[in-house]
Amino acid sequence: MTELTESVLRGLGTGSVYALLALGFVIIYKATRVISFAQPAFMLAGVVAVTYLAPAVGFWAAVPLAAVGTGLLALGVERAAVRPMVGRPAFVVAIITLGVDVAVRVVVNAFIGLDVRHVGDPWGLRTLSLGPVELQQRHLAAVAATGLLVAGLFAFFRFTRTGLAMRAAALDQEAALAHGVSVGAVFAVSWALAGGLAAVAGTFAAAGASVDAALWLIALTALPVIILGGLDSLPGAVVGGLAVGVLQELTATYANDLAWLGGNVSVITPYVLMLVVLLVRPYGLFGTREVERV
Amino acid sequence: MRHRPLLRTSYAQDLALLDTPAKRWWTGALLALALALPFLLTDDLLQLLAVCCVAAIGAIGLGLVTGYAGQVSLGHAFFLGIGAYTAAAISGDPAGRVIGLGVTDIAVWLPAAGLVAALAGVLVAPLATRLRGLYLAIVTLGLVFIGQHVFNEWSALTGGAGVGRPAATLEFLGQPLAVTDATATRDQKLYWLMLALLVVFAVAARNLARSRIGRAFTAIRDRDIAAGVIGVNLPRYKTLAFAVSSAYAGCAGALLYTVTGFFDPSSFSLLLSVQYIAMVLIGGAGTISGAIAGAFFITLLPRLTRELQAWVPFISTQPNEVPNVFQVETILYGVLIIVFLIFEPRGLFGLWVRARAYWKAWPFSY
Repeated sequence: MTELTESVLRGLGTGSVYALLALGFVIIYKATRVISFAQPAFMLAGVVAVTYLAPAVGFWAAVPLAAVGTGLLALGVERAAVRPMVGRPAFVVAIITLGVDVAVRVVVNAFIGLDVRHVGDPWGLRTLSLGPVELQQRHLAAVAATGLLVAGLFAFFRFTRTGLAMRAAALDQEAALAHGVSVGAVFAVSWALAGGLAAVAGTFAAAGASVDAALWLIALTALPVIILGGLDSLPGAVVGGLAVGVLQELTATYANDLAWLGGNVSVITPYVLMLVVLLVRPYGLFGTREVERV
Repeated sequence: MRHRPLLRTSYAQDLALLDTPAKRWWTGALLALALALPFLLTDDLLQLLAVCCVAAIGAIGLGLVTGYAGQVSLGHAFFLGIGAYTAAAISGDPAGRVIGLGVTDIAVWLPAAGLVAALAGVLVAPLATRLRGLYLAIVTLGLVFIGQHVFNEWSALTGGAGVGRPAATLEFLGQPLAVTDATATRDQKLYWLMLALLVVFAVAARNLARSRIGRAFTAIRDRDIAAGVIGVNLPRYKTLAFAVSSAYAGCAGALLYTVTGFFDPSSFSLLLSVQYIAMVLIGGAGTISGAIAGAFFITLLPRLTRELQAWVPFISTQPNEVPNVFQVETILYGVLIIVFLIFEPRGLFGLWVRARAYWKAWPFSY
């Protein structure tokens, strides 16, 4: 029982990282109807920025700075590579973001170099005891940070003019344009938000461990998450992220009972889950069913 | 009639493979040049060109499903892997460390690799018929990860991660196809063999594309609902597109590693899929010749960057220095995809079309 509780709690920790990444995907998707394959690169860029900033200004200042920096990078990418493609088929833009991802990641990997880099988080691998259950502090921090950011995002979309404009543009771009919403600005803000979220998510993914080039694979796990939650659903991204995280940790804990599947099977469970979900509910748990008008 | 080569008097002429005299001339000249290359180039370049030919077979396959039928597949690496392992297992040494059936004849393992990969494509197709566009891209991406896991773990077949296994043996009716002898070197023979296979596969794909099936593919790509309304059986043709594409990928995978002779599971990563996507998009989506051009371009790119290194001295050839040729090469994949999609969506084929149009109207080409 203790083992089960612990792995569920661990799963919530990793799941909140997925949730943050998935939120970025969904925000971009809602605004531009494109899945940005560049998110892994932004995540990696954010983490590497944190590893460089943290020794200089401390962890707490480094994370927001890196998030802003990554947001600006995403803004630049959107302006240079994605904006010229407005009106082109979504898959063409998606492939462009794939190109951005490949190119940006090489540059970021060069900054990682051969040294072992740490984000300099205050938690490390220390644990917190709740009765018999051991809980890692970094996971608690990840859950807390995700809660704060989700609340902040909710307030932003609900109460600010920009948030309202973004919701309007997501609902109907032309109607929003007709009401004076700058759809270009909405695109820019959503890319910047997604970049910032990716940077924070990356920091928590790397907390208590070292930063290496393979970290980007974590960001790809957010793809099954958004499929599970529904491409255009923000609550779906959060719920899906937590669910995938928990499932992954559970398979990791009980992998010995599944030895015939081979080692490290937990890495691919999200993808298997995604295949199953797609066969049953092609638009995800919370997504809008696509209705095609002829 | 004789002096009006562009006048069409039947549908057969309209649909002909080489419908203008210029195309006949160009294709003939290109083939003659390609056949003569082994006498002009050194062996290491020929080996590279043999790899290009095989990559082109794979790219044609991806071009059929993505360029013609419009179904974005990021899972090409998975099907390449299936083909490579099927062929290697059939032709492998039965007494060896990994699974092998000992049937070394290319006439057995090549069709088998295509068939097994096609079956895998058919198994994936139910997902493809239910999903469209980006959903499909993500699912096929998941396929690469699942495939890589299986290849890594099933070490009885694949030799395991970081170890690998020997590739299929090139033999036909008991005669080894690629060994150096008095008439030609190994690399010359390899190149001619792969070139011949490429021509066969390319002509087959071109014929498929101009048939009823190919027209159904393009109809699905352009507007699937409209295609369904005019009577194209969507599930059937999407399944067919995946099956054919995977069969091409399987054959390409089977041949790809016969050149180097050895491969390990880490080859079939997402990067391989991205490379094939890049081949199709840079070459020109929806054309066979574009896919071939793209495959040659992308496969020669590492060599080109190495040559570039002589001109741009700050690029290092050492993998532990920054910036090195490997980084430049990977960045170029990304940047070229972006640049081509933004500025010339029709790819290298589009550049050729522009050049052709310019010279056709010359000197009035404004």
